[in-house]
Order: sequence, then structure tokens, then C-alpha cells
Amino acid sequence: MFTLLNLITMLVVGAMILGFIAGSSMFLIWGERKVSARIQSRLGPMRVGWQGLLQSVADAIKLLLKEDIMPTGVDKWVWQLAPFFAAVPSVMAFVVIPFGKNLIVKDLNVGILYITSITSICVLGIFMAGWSSNNKYSLLGGIRSAAQIISYEVPLILSIITVVMFTGSLSMQKIVEEQSKYWFILRPNLAVAFLIYMISALAEVNRTPFDIPEAESELVAGYHTEYSGIRFAMFFVAEYTNLFIISAVAATLFLGGWQGPVLPPVLWFLLKTYGIVFILMWVRWSFPRVRVDQLMSFTWKVLTPIAFLNLIISGWILVR
Amino acid sequence: MELPVREEEKNIHSEECYMNMGPQHPSTHGVLHLELKLDGEVVVDSIVHIGYLHRSMEKIAENRTYTQFIPFTDRLDYVSAMNNNLGYCLAVEKLMNMDVPLRAKYIRVIAAELNRIASHLIAIGSFAQDLGALATPLFYCFRERELILDIFDEICGNRLTYNYMRIGGVQFDLPDGIDKKIQDFIKCMRSRIKEYIDLLSYNVIFLARTKDIGVLLKDKAVNYSVTGPNLRASGVRCDLRKDEPYLVYDKFQFDIPVADKGDVWDRYNIRIQEIEQSLRIIEQALAGLPEGNPTVKVGRIHKPPAGEVYLRTESPRGELGFYIVSDGSEYPYRLKIRAPSFSNLAVIPELIRGVKMADVVSILGSLDIVMGEIDR
Repeated sequence: MFTLLNLITMLVVGAMILGFIAGSSMFLIWGERKVSARIQSRLGPMRVGWQGLLQSVADAIKLLLKEDIMPTGVDKWVWQLAPFFAAVPSVMAFVVIPFGKNLIVKDLNVGILYITSITSICVLGIFMAGWSSNNKYSLLGGIRSAAQIISYEVPLILSIITVVMFTGSLSMQKIVEEQSKYWFILRPNLAVAFLIYMISALAEVNRTPFDIPEAESELVAGYHTEYSGIRFAMFFVAEYTNLFIISAVAATLFLGGWQGPVLPPVLWFLLKTYGIVFILMWVRWSFPRVRVDQLMSFTWKVLTPIAFLNLIISGWILVR
Repeated sequence: MELPVREEEKNIHSEECYMNMGPQHPSTHGVLHLELKLDGEVVVDSIVHIGYLHRSMEKIAENRTYTQFIPFTDRLDYVSAMNNNLGYCLAVEKLMNMDVPLRAKYIRVIAAELNRIASHLIAIGSFAQDLGALATPLFYCFRERELILDIFDEICGNRLTYNYMRIGGVQFDLPDGIDKKIQDFIKCMRSRIKEYIDLLSYNVIFLARTKDIGVLLKDKAVNYSVTGPNLRASGVRCDLRKDEPYLVYDKFQFDIPVADKGDVWDRYNIRIQEIEQSLRIIEQALAGLPEGNPTVKVGRIHKPPAGEVYLRTESPRGELGFYIVSDGSEYPYRLKIRAPSFSNLAVIPELIRGVKMADVVSILGSLDIVMGEIDR
């Protein structure tokens, strides 16, 4: 029943989630800079706050205050809407992410399906940005990302289905509860699914070695070449929110989610999620980028067949 | 290379798109401008535009005395300024028939080889950056280059444009204790080369991006007069330090690394191997460093006899030649610079025809061009 109390709870929860997203992506941006600096024998940001902790805040303020430049010749409406199409779906995905036993906005019974479908909308934003910018670099970036993200969706979902087969439920909480005895990553075929998931998730969020849509050395900045100020910041926040989401989903599906001894559930969840984020950052700063055709042949000729095979073997194990 | 066209593709109407890569682009190594004709991601044709960094060095030379032109040579190939200094001074000395103290020759070899290592480090680092390895190899390379720059800082007081060689010798003698520093660097560098090999050389993604890409065949390389590591990667054993030894290079033991395929990976790997050989040369030069005074005693104004000279040296990028015509005055009548990057760049349209957009940057990075000496 819709009451005033309901409305207030909704608003409070919404504000909490938005606050968490803003804080988390700022922390991740700072973390990325620090991790990359350590890998490259540098210090990274050191001036703003302790160890440069407030650097992201300073950057956010700078981006907010910047002039909103719209190049002439862009497709006005599409261009203006694109950052929202990129950022809003990743915020919406937070609805079903379980931070703890009761710390979940809404435990939908189609939870994981909801996440995969809602995050697929992000590609629309990227493609809109690439198409409407009236810039050839952006267009190439947009086309590349459309091809890449749609192809990698297949092995991604296949690896998620493998988990769902073992739990028999799409609900995120149910998946976590199923792992109360052991983490799913300890089963060999689910460990393979974990690897497939991580690789395709990396491609989904356009990070090195799959950062082809925004390949700096080829396409300048890819689809967001023409964006500046707060619109650019939206793409940036979307990127790091997506990074958080894929890590959170990986932690939930394979590493037992918020379950763990001694520490409170929220802490366990964040520990696992940020651990995966750290590994993804490590990968990013160590590997070169693959070429676009190599990327496509890898997903269709290697990753998808392995994912199917893994699915069939899992089915055989279940009915045995 | 002709691209295969499938039967069903012939009926689809498609257009090629033109794209300007550069002069402001993250991976065109300066102000190179490539006009690419793209069919989707595939490069159909390309036109190379140069001249954005033109400073008319050769004309300036006609209005400077021979000594005054030395700092200008620093700005040709600013990544390996020592080698440019060296080439120019050797040419003038040959024109004047001047002899150089033996100690100066050894010091010149040490400086030139250290600078060759620094230059190759930049080539490797920025090449990895072009492949999308987000700056980590670049920072590793710069970490070691920094040690070389510190050594140069002590030798001549400069870090990028050294202005160290003089006609008839070098500017200063080596400072005390520098040989210890150089030996430490050699030891450190040997262990760090292993790090590069671990990080890059046999990485699966790196191999996929570099093997069999941008193959420069032997005869094509010779026809385009490609020189330096790029030529040796194509299988031609040609190094002026061995073929026409200048200074005291004939006294040292070193190998010329040669690859056979001429693809991007070979060009990268040749540079790694050349760093090792340069370390060997420096080691031997330090051990055999004779006593004496390497500094100049011949004054600053030189009046070479009327005549002409062409002298070529092996710079990190290839054959660097200086052609000087003298009319007997203190200014050169004409000075022509044969820049290695210029010829190496000329082969680009051949190499990038029919490759993917992403390979354009990797091929360009592997050729290791410096716009300063192309535009002069």
C-alpha cells in the first residue's frame, strides 16, 4: 500500500544508494590511481588530503563547475541523453545487490536476470554517444563497443546460468544462502564459470585488455571524446559503478556474498567485492590491449564454446 | 595486399571514410599527420603529411659557425642528442682532417652508447604504450632512463639536449667517481632487461598483437633505404659500427643482433638485444679508458678548407649522415642532414595498407620515429 511512510523510506533508501554509489566510485577512482601508481613505481595523488584521498572530491568539484560544451554538429537530443543512458542503468542494478542478510533494497525473485538485463542498457548509452558526437573516433568507438558488449553478453549469461542451475533460483539472496556450506568457486565446473564470468565481465565494462571502445592510443578517447564537464563525469561514474557491480555480482555468485565468519556481513561483502576490484585493476595495469577482431574471435571461438561445454557438464553432474 | 571480397559483399553499398590521424593524436609520436582512408576498421590507403615541426635547421646552419651549430643538432633527434652531436662533430673533424685525443674517443663511445640505451628504452616503452599497455612498461623504461639521465647530468650538466661533444674533443672530462656509477647502472640494467622480457616479450596478448604484423620484407626495406634496428629486424646485417668503424668501435667485442622476419615483434626484440650489446660496449670502453685530456684546445672558430664531406654514423634509429660543403669561411656553405627516421617513415604507407586501425599504431610505434629529425 502506498503511504507517506513508504515514500519516505523509498527516498531515504534511494539517497543512501546514490550516496554509496558516489562515495564508492570516488573511492575506486582514487584506488585505481593509487594501485596504478604503485604498480608503476610512482606515488600517485599525494597533495589533496592524506595520501591524496580527497583528490577525487576535488576532481568531482572541478568537473561539476566546468562549462558544459556542446560541439556544433552533434545530434542534440541523443548526445545529451547518452550519459544518462550509461549511468542510470548501473545505478538501477543496485536494487538487487545483497549487502547483507537484510541489507537489500528488494530481493526480486528474478534478481540476477534483472541485473544482466538492466546493465545491458549501458551499451545503448555508449552507442548513442558514439553515434551522435559527429566524430569519427567516437563513431568507431561506439561501433566497437556495440559489437563487443553484445558478443560478450553470451558467455557472461551462460556462466551465470551455470550457477543458477545449482541454486535453482534467480534470487540473489537465495544464491547467497545456498553457499552457506561452501563457496561455489570451490566446485571445479563453477570455478571455470567464474573465470568465464570474469573475462566477459571485463569486456562488458570496457577495461584493459578489452578497452577497445576507448582505446586511447588509437581512438583518442573513443565514444566520449567530445564530452566534457559533468557529462564526461557521468560516463566516468558509470564506468566505476559498473566495475563495482560486476565485482559485487562475482562475489555474490561465486564467493559466498556477505557470508563469512567473525566480521559483520556488510564488511565481508565489501571485502570480497573490493578484492575482486583490486585484481581487475592489477590486470588493467599489466596487460596490453587485444585487437578488435582478436577480441571477437576469442569470444565466439573460445569463450562461448567453453561456456556451453561447461553448462552441459554441469547439467550432467546435476542429473547424475 | 589485396583484400579478399566475398560474393555477397559485392552487392552491399559501402563508403570509405577518411580519417585524419594527427597531428594531435596520442600515438603519432609528435606531430605526424596520417590521412587514412578507412573501410570500416581496415586501412585502404594512407597519405603521410610531415612538416609540422619544421625549423629550417639546414638553413640556420649556413648562418652559424661550426661550433655554434652543435646545440642545434641536439634538437634534431631529441631522444638521442648525444649521437647527433657525435655525427656532426665527426663530420666537421673529417672535413678539417683533425685528430681527436684517444680519451675523448672513448668518452664519446660511452656517451653515445648510454644515449642509445636511453633512446631504445623510450622506443620500447612508448611502443608498449601504443599497444594499450597503459603506461606500466613506459614507466619501467623511464625508471632506467632516469639513471642514464643522472649520469649525463653529472657528465655535462644537461638531461635532454646535452651539447657535450666539441669539434676536436668533448666539453668536459668525466667527473670523478662516474665510472663507479656507470658500472652500477650496467649491473642494474642487466637485471631490469629480464623484467621487460617477463612483462612484455612473451605475453600472450603482446605476441598476438605483434607477431606477423607489419612484416617488412628484406628487399622492400632495402628499397626504401630503411636503416638501423628496423633494417636489422628484416634480416640485413648492417651496422655502421661494424661495417665502417668510426671512433674506436673496432676495438670492442660486440654482436649485431639480426632477426629474420621483419614483423613488429622482431623490431621490438632487436632493440632489447641492442641494449645488451650497448652495455657490453660501455663495459669494455670503461675498462680500456686511457688517461689524457679529452677537452678541446683548438679554439672555437674553425675555418675548414674548401671542400665537401659526407660522414655517416649509426644513430639509435639508423644511418645518420651529415653532408657539409665548406667554402673556406667560418660558416658552412651548405649542410644537409640525412635523417634515419625520414626514410623509416617513408615505408609506412606500404606497411599499413590492408591492416586494421589498431595495427597502424603498433606498426608506427615499432618503427620508432622522432619527428624532430624528420621535419628538421
